[in-house]
Amino acid sequence: MTKNILPNANESETILPKINKKKSKMHSNLKYIKKNYQLYLFFTLPPLLLLIIFKYIPMGGVLIAFEDYSAILGTLHSHWVGLKHFERFLASPDFMNLLMNTLKVSLYGLLWGFPLPIILALLLSRIKSEGIKKKIQLILYAPNFISVIVISGMIIIFLSPIGPVNQFLGTATNFMAMPSSFRTIYVASSVWQATGWASIIYTAALSGASQELTEAAVIDGANIFQQILNVDLPAIKPIMVIQFILSAGNIMSVGFEKALALQTDLNLPTSEILPTYVYKMGLLNGDYSFSTAVGLFNSVINIVLLIVVNSIVKKLNEGEGI
Amino acid sequence: MNMKMKKFKKLSFSDKSITISGYVGVALFVLAIIIPLIYIVIASFMDPITLNNQGITFDFSKWSMEGYTRVFQDDMILRGFFNSVFYSTAYAVISVGITLLAAYPLSRPDFVGKKIITTLYIITMFFGGGLMPTYLLVDNLKLINTVWAILLPGAINVWNIILARTYFQSLPKELREASAIDGASDITHFFKIMIPVCKPIIAVLLLYQFVAQWNSYFDAMIYLDDAKLQPLQLVIRSILIQNTPRPGMIADVQSAAAMAKMAQLLKYSTIVVSSLPLLVMYPFFQKYFDKGIMAGSVKG
Repeated sequence: MTKNILPNANESETILPKINKKKSKMHSNLKYIKKNYQLYLFFTLPPLLLLIIFKYIPMGGVLIAFEDYSAILGTLHSHWVGLKHFERFLASPDFMNLLMNTLKVSLYGLLWGFPLPIILALLLSRIKSEGIKKKIQLILYAPNFISVIVISGMIIIFLSPIGPVNQFLGTATNFMAMPSSFRTIYVASSVWQATGWASIIYTAALSGASQELTEAAVIDGANIFQQILNVDLPAIKPIMVIQFILSAGNIMSVGFEKALALQTDLNLPTSEILPTYVYKMGLLNGDYSFSTAVGLFNSVINIVLLIVVNSIVKKLNEGEGI
Repeated sequence: MNMKMKKFKKLSFSDKSITISGYVGVALFVLAIIIPLIYIVIASFMDPITLNNQGITFDFSKWSMEGYTRVFQDDMILRGFFNSVFYSTAYAVISVGITLLAAYPLSRPDFVGKKIITTLYIITMFFGGGLMPTYLLVDNLKLINTVWAILLPGAINVWNIILARTYFQSLPKELREASAIDGASDITHFFKIMIPVCKPIIAVLLLYQFVAQWNSYFDAMIYLDDAKLQPLQLVIRSILIQNTPRPGMIADVQSAAAMAKMAQLLKYSTIVVSSLPLLVMYPFFQKYFDKGIMAGSVKG
């Protein structure tokens, strides 16, 4: 009964000889598509069109990284220059500094941003009263709903020479103008904003899995460290792995809206990162091709990092990656 | 309470100290979040000169509503607010609608072409054209300075599609089998059965997309020149980041020093006014958070 309504694409394969397999598969696929045309026309087509227009056409647009783009000639007919822009970028005195700034700010971000939500979730799971836990979580999630502009505005207020931090310290330091404090400001504010929200996924996994096991472990005389090591961590390990790989793969795509908002002329030596540079070169200086080349360089590093981290994790984690 | 105390007393010394330091850790984290927020709220009610000279005081004669009256005097803030409400609502509806459409066929085990289409989506999670090619496309499509530049380019969110697909897959197969026996087409099934059944995930996705749009400024900054179209974040950016209050807010302030102090005060009230809507809204969605996030964490 069901099979007639929801036909199985492979159903006919067993009946027909192997030589006809390919042909018959195509035939049954066509039959399926005809029968379920709504799935294709109504459901799949609109999102697929948006995907092709707004994701794949720009992907083809990276061609301009290898051209001297001219708006009059367009992407397809602009003058082809090969790797000129990449060479210019790699040879420019800014290159090393930009690369290191980007790597450092995101590495520090990962170093704090990966373990802290896990620790927070482990702590929260020890709070027995559901009511209190819910209230605490509500507070922990709040910063996630505050905008980049407001967070940056708050930072600028708090750290201004006449702001509360300086009033408290009795000094008048202009933190926003110090290159040496940019990374700390950036990472600390990300921790402030994101830790609570990032802990949800671990909290949910912990509350689902470990209640009975923890009780059993307590009866067996396990202390808290042993409980965490043997019950809690195994329960969240798969999620930890995925989160780690994903954030490592995103290492070059720093939340650049905040970096841009926190930039001042004076902290540029550390706050200028590849994505903000791409923006300035492209949209402010109008150097479209060069900017695209830098952006492409950035995303290639990203993909390489993702693949490398994934294969390392796979090796360490008995073949489990993404 | 008594039971809890007994349980606690039974713990070994090291377990006790770990438990206590854990509670202290959580408490410190909560305080670290609350204190800056409370400071901003209280400071927004202060008289600017007092705030500069002695910081926050609880002498209520020094409090004033001046910051708020000046913020609401400015029609750019109000217009930005309504623009943001429109962008965020429209973006959430379009984006979540597209997400659900894309996810439904992918959740069907028999769907022919599933692999190819899924791959097409996944690739865009890891590789994209980047800033300039996207900008040039939006420019070529003549979308600059239109609301569509804000609503369309980001409407496809692959992560959300995976989330919704995983949620659909977790529903019993019998739902579709039963509606098929009743002669319902896929479209009827989608609207009459799936959408009502999937309310929790739809609520979470709507909230995510609304919040994402409400809080973003970059797309508006590069695509919208027209001041009439600007969302709230772009308006408050000039006050908070570029330190230039809207002229209408400080027109009557005479000296440069008084103006600087007023600019400072306006920052606090601007933060409160622009952040309040979301901070009031999100607790109503709290019960859905775990569900939504868990659905996405299932590997698939």
